[in-house]
This record gives sequence, structure tokens and C-alpha cells, in this order.
Amino acid sequence: MIPPLSAETIFYIAGFPVTNAIINSWIAVVFFVVFAMIITRKREMVPRGLQNVFEWIMEVLISFAEQVTGDKEKAMKFFPIAATIFVFVLFSNWIGLMPGTGSIGVYQMHHGHMELIPLLRPAGSDLNLTLAIAGFSIFMTHVFGIIAIGIWKHFNKFVNIMGIVHSFKKGPMAIVVAFIEFGVGLIELVGEVAKTLSLSLRLFGNIFAGEVLLTVLAGILAYGLPIPFMFLELLVGIIQASVFAILFLAFASVATMDMHADEEAH
Amino acid sequence: MEFDISTLAKALSIGIGSIGPAFGIGLIGSKAMEAIGRNPEAAGKIFVPMLLGMAFAEAIAIYALVVAFTI
Repeated sequence: MIPPLSAETIFYIAGFPVTNAIINSWIAVVFFVVFAMIITRKREMVPRGLQNVFEWIMEVLISFAEQVTGDKEKAMKFFPIAATIFVFVLFSNWIGLMPGTGSIGVYQMHHGHMELIPLLRPAGSDLNLTLAIAGFSIFMTHVFGIIAIGIWKHFNKFVNIMGIVHSFKKGPMAIVVAFIEFGVGLIELVGEVAKTLSLSLRLFGNIFAGEVLLTVLAGILAYGLPIPFMFLELLVGIIQASVFAILFLAFASVATMDMHADEEAH
Repeated sequence: MEFDISTLAKALSIGIGSIGPAFGIGLIGSKAMEAIGRNPEAAGKIFVPMLLGMAFAEAIAIYALVVAFTI
């Protein structure tokens, strides 16, 4: 049975529907909270064992973030959110490949006949979750932008009033250019919505397509045939997680850039 | 089977809409491979811009997917 486009409701808590994708994402959340508690319980200056492993992972991720932003200070500022997105998306992608996802379930009445509703569903294959992460990360890029260059300058990236005012001192050609830049700024505003949309739908599309692919292949021949595609999905999981984090870092470092800093110089 | 023109529209929008991004991603990938072949030490530096370029090319296909879903 091919999984439906939206996550299925398992039960209700005080009228609030709990879907199978929510269960999966809460497994990831609980996992990370418990893990963080275990690792940080006895911290030492000279790390040993598990702490050492995780310090190494952090160092690899930080150097990767530095590579994307090209600036150590910026990388450290964006790192907590980017790394959280990365590990959460990665873990929830990979937990969706565990045996039991999509096969263990409860029978419920659905469209007039009994159907198996799986208890677990990859969290990334629910558009609500990916849209929430994407919306939050785009929101945070604006917060970082406002912190870095001030609210008025950040606002002028999109509605370029400052550019028009400045252009009146420079002559007619500059005014024409400023009005074109004003229009470009408005297009940027649409681009922010498009960013959120593409960020959320990229993750959703990849994870959901992977789930459908595995289901279809298991339907053709359940013995051995899905195994190479499982490896493909492992690869897709880590690539999509890193693409999400890289795009967040890139958007954040663009948002914190002062567009007219170079213009004032000459 | 009853023929519905909107089904055809959906299929065409995602089908035609994914041709461009497919070429784009292929080009980005091939050029990155070429660059790594010329200068293997730069593999780490090339990888991130390659992924970024691919992500932006892929976004076009995602817009086509959105259109296909909303028709």
C-alpha cells in the first residue's frame, strides 16, 4: 500500500490529532534530549570516550560551517541552529528507514473499510514538519540580519527607500537605477516566500518519494531488491539534511551582509 | 477509464518542468567532477558551492511539483 500524501491520525489528545509523523519526530526529540543529558553529565577538560567522539563531530561540523559562511565569527553565531537542524533532520530521516516504519500499525476504519495505519512514518514525509522547520529557519535569518546590520538597513534590502533618497543627490541616471533596484527589492520579498516553499518542499519531496519508492520496490519483490535502494535512501537522508543546513547558513550569511557597505566606499 | 484533462496537465507540468532542472543539475555535477579531476585537492572547496547550485536548480523542479499538486 502506497503511503498517502498526508500523515494519518493515530489518536487524539484533548481534541488535538496526533499523527504517526508526530510520534516519529518526538522519538527524535526525546532521543536528543536524553543523549545530551548523558553526554553532558560528567564533562571534563580533557575529554575521554564518548565525549571525545562528540567533540570530534562538533569540530567537523563547525569547520564545515566555516567553509560555507567563510567567516569564523559568523559560523559560530549560526552554528547552534544550523547544527540542530542538521542532526534533527538527519536523525528523523534515518529513523524512517528502520524496520517497523510503515509496517507496524493499528487497524482503523478509514473511508468505510479497515486499513492498516502505520504507527511510525518518517517525520520528513509530513509537509507540516518541513514547513515548520523552513519557516523557522527563514525567520531566524531575518533575526540575524536585523541583529547584524540593524532593522532599518535590513528593511531597506526589501523596500529600498534609502536608495531612492540617496539617488536624488546623484543625478537622473542614479534615480532610474534606484527605482529599478526598488523593484528588484520587491522581487526579493517574493523570493523569501519562495525560499521557504522550496526549502520545505525539497525535504518533503525527497523523503516522501523515498518512502514511496521503497514501498513500490517491496511490492515488486520483497526479498533483497529494496536493499540497494535502502543505501540510496541513507545517502539521500544525509545529503538532504546537509543541504538544508547549508542553505540555512548561506541564507543567514547573505542576510547579515551589508549590501551598501561597498557602495558608500567609492 | 474516464479521461480528465487536469490529470494530463499535472503530468505535463511536472514532466516538462523537470527537464530544465535535470539538465542544470547534470551540468553542475559534470563541471564539478571536471574541476575535481583537474585539481583533486580542491574537492572540499568545490563540494559546498556544487551542492548550493544543485539546490537552487532543484528549486525550479520543486516549483513545478507545487504547480502539479495545485492543479
